[in-house]
Amino acid sequence: MRRNAMKYLTTLVFAVGALQTNTVLAQMDHGDMQMQGGSAPADARDPNAYSDGYTLTEGPYAQPGPRQLKLMDEHIFWAVLGDRLEYQESSESTVYDLQGWYGTTYNRFVIKAEGDIADGSLEESSTDLLWGNALNPYFDTQLGVRIDQYDEGKDRQWLALGVQGLAPYWFELDVAAYVADGGRTAIKAEAEYELLLTQRLILQPRAELNLYGKDDPDNGLGSGLSDISLGLRLRYEITRQFAPYIGVEWAGAYGDTADYRREAGNKTSDTQFVAGLRFWF
Amino acid sequence: MTRWLPPPRQPVQFSRRRFVQGLAAGGVLATAPAFLRADANAATALGSAPVLSGREIDLVIAETPVNFTGVTRMATTINGSIPAPTLRLREGDAVTIRVTNRLPVATSIHWHGILLPYQMDGVPGISFKGIAPGETFVYQFTLRQSGTYWYHSHSGFQEMTGMYGALIIEPRAGDRQRAERDYVVQLSDWTDEEPMHAFSKLKVQGDVYNFNQPTLFDFTRDVSTIGLKAAVEKRQMWNQMRMNPTDLADLSAATLTYLMNGTTPAGNWTGIFNPGERVRLRFINATGNSFYDVRIPGLKLTVVQADGQDVEPVSIDEFRFGPGETYDVLVEPSDDAYTIFAQSMERTGYARGTLAVRPDVSAPVPALDPAEWLTMEDMMGAMNEGGMNHGGMNQGSMNMGAMDHSKMDQPQTHGGMAMDHSMHGMQQGATNSLAKPSSSVRHARSEYGPSVDMRVDMPRTNLDDPGIGLRNLSQRGLRPPGHRVLTLADLKSIDGVLDDHRAPATELELHLTGNMERYSWSFDGLEFGKSTPVSLRHNERVRIILQNDTMMTHPMHLHGMWSELETDQGELRVRRHTIPVQPAQRISFLTTPHDVGRWAWHCHLLFHMDAGMFREVVVS
Repeated sequence: MRRNAMKYLTTLVFAVGALQTNTVLAQMDHGDMQMQGGSAPADARDPNAYSDGYTLTEGPYAQPGPRQLKLMDEHIFWAVLGDRLEYQESSESTVYDLQGWYGTTYNRFVIKAEGDIADGSLEESSTDLLWGNALNPYFDTQLGVRIDQYDEGKDRQWLALGVQGLAPYWFELDVAAYVADGGRTAIKAEAEYELLLTQRLILQPRAELNLYGKDDPDNGLGSGLSDISLGLRLRYEITRQFAPYIGVEWAGAYGDTADYRREAGNKTSDTQFVAGLRFWF
Repeated sequence: MTRWLPPPRQPVQFSRRRFVQGLAAGGVLATAPAFLRADANAATALGSAPVLSGREIDLVIAETPVNFTGVTRMATTINGSIPAPTLRLREGDAVTIRVTNRLPVATSIHWHGILLPYQMDGVPGISFKGIAPGETFVYQFTLRQSGTYWYHSHSGFQEMTGMYGALIIEPRAGDRQRAERDYVVQLSDWTDEEPMHAFSKLKVQGDVYNFNQPTLFDFTRDVSTIGLKAAVEKRQMWNQMRMNPTDLADLSAATLTYLMNGTTPAGNWTGIFNPGERVRLRFINATGNSFYDVRIPGLKLTVVQADGQDVEPVSIDEFRFGPGETYDVLVEPSDDAYTIFAQSMERTGYARGTLAVRPDVSAPVPALDPAEWLTMEDMMGAMNEGGMNHGGMNQGSMNMGAMDHSKMDQPQTHGGMAMDHSMHGMQQGATNSLAKPSSSVRHARSEYGPSVDMRVDMPRTNLDDPGIGLRNLSQRGLRPPGHRVLTLADLKSIDGVLDDHRAPATELELHLTGNMERYSWSFDGLEFGKSTPVSLRHNERVRIILQNDTMMTHPMHLHGMWSELETDQGELRVRRHTIPVQPAQRISFLTTPHDVGRWAWHCHLLFHMDAGMFREVVVS
């Protein structure tokens, strides 16, 4: 079983690695030319070469005192994005998947919150508190902690390291590796795509998978590939920021996770209809 | 607005049509306090801003309620009107302009394109401290030039919320061109959103205002007309690079109402003429973020001035201009009515007015053109042209099918040029002379980080491209045969305008950069806060090369000195204060800074400037 888990982990690490490589390779590599990404050649121009040593606050005719002119590049922005806030029909639960950020263009504090609410109580939730830092034009690295809470089970705290961004061909990716005490490890990967049927009617395929390095019987999670979910949501953007949707979500458990579920008398896979709201502000 | 009509009733329902067309009587509300209103005795043209002239002028900046769309919003105005009063001054005059700030926040006024001491240039934090609430700042300078200019706030987003006006300087020697009528046609735009809110939205989703995006149905239509393979290839490179071929403007009619002399399309600003008269139209693009494509169906436009400086008259049918640019055109109307039609570059809306013999007649309003996808030329410059077999390019990895196809869609007007350019590139390596601008691309070290989403390695240097959406209009059946669109190559300063013919002593190269996904704009990948000033020597002739490594056109405005555009052969062409640089284009201009001090240099798309495509220039 342990070997199996390692196999899965290795596979995923390769997959993530390949993806990143693909990101780099796919960047318009025309022979010796590269239109995106890459690293500066040794003879690249010095962007300060024309300054004669002057700065925005020093040198002739500079306004006295601290620099007054600050533009949006030094401004703090924030946003809340509700990717999924939905009712799942067969499990009769409400699922939320929210992300908020606060910061600048290249450095931001990020919160990701996901959870299930059923019968008026929070059944389980997973919250990431992360420091995001721009890795390249399209991806941020994210470093922080993840807090998992289970209504029936054992809460877990993880250290988190991930990347989130936009891959070539417009795939939104969010991949993170987690480490917890007792040698627990986990990997979570999410991918989304937005297919514009019209300017406002948008079909969003979505995939998510979870892997664990170790069995976690308390929470019914087995090592190796634990679960995959695939969703297809059709939303109508009344405004870009407010879009109700309907969709279908298929979820399946694998390996020991599936065994745990069978033992508990639960289904190992499920397809259900969802209806919800996507929003941001 | 000078027609002080009572405020329109609030519509019960929000109407999309009303939003785009605007209210016929939209503008500054009559409820504005009387002391803020412009001098009612000032000579005004029908529906235009009031006119102030003389050597001493008082301007008061305050908040004024406006209603362009059916919703009342607070604008920042100068003397209570939108546009602000037209200042008619005289070349050679020493003027005193007192600007009083009645806003709760600091403000400023910048005299766009005017040569003056840097302390009078009106950029807070660079030329002066700004004008604090309640304070009066006295601008004093002598007018060393003549022509059509404009003025606007240089603080925050105040320009977008109403602070712009025309500035006409009458030449001492009289105008070169005779005209019986003289109208300012100031094009602007208005959003009911707080500009900061709109900017924040772009920060979350760069295409939030783009409703012309490629869809699945566009794809299926392409499949049925050009086949699956071509349809896939047409999209391949865009999708691979995460670039949007419809990314023509950051804002659109989804939030903007387009205005002509502060008047909505429904309001139809009208300029009156008598048949047989020659009419001078002073077009000023005072928008925050919109390029306009301007034409008057049925009339030839003779361009006589660009950015206030006389050019050799050139007869055209249509021109594009971006925020900050001005063009003076002469027309000789003979029919009863003509429509002045200014559609925005991304083709979601238009500003419109009328030239007519009487106020009660108008002409048909043309339909908007379809939005055109950017081409490979816009993304990759000359790489898409004849010069393909140059350099160590791996053709296998280039998407030949897609390129051929894009050529089929948009036949190139200058197929042979790219080859020439790449040959110049080869020659350049051998000689080190500054007679011609260097053509070897040198990206800055800071262009390889998160701030830059693409770089162009083989830029195009041709000036004869009217730009996306304006290419081959006659062939595409969108305009009558022979329709001519103005390009930079058509503009030549009239003899005597360009007075410094020295070869440049130095050459600077800077790249225009950005990241649409993060919504950040910069020079050389460095936003303003991370940048250092560009230092120029007083009175030294210098060449500045600007290469656009983005897919948008940037109107680049250098304060305090002229930008004298040259060809890629080093031939001096035209004096400007704002030069539009097209996607994947590399242009160069010469300048001689005659005034010491610190000056601003920035993209005049207000959101790009505020995002950081802004540099300081030190002249010492």
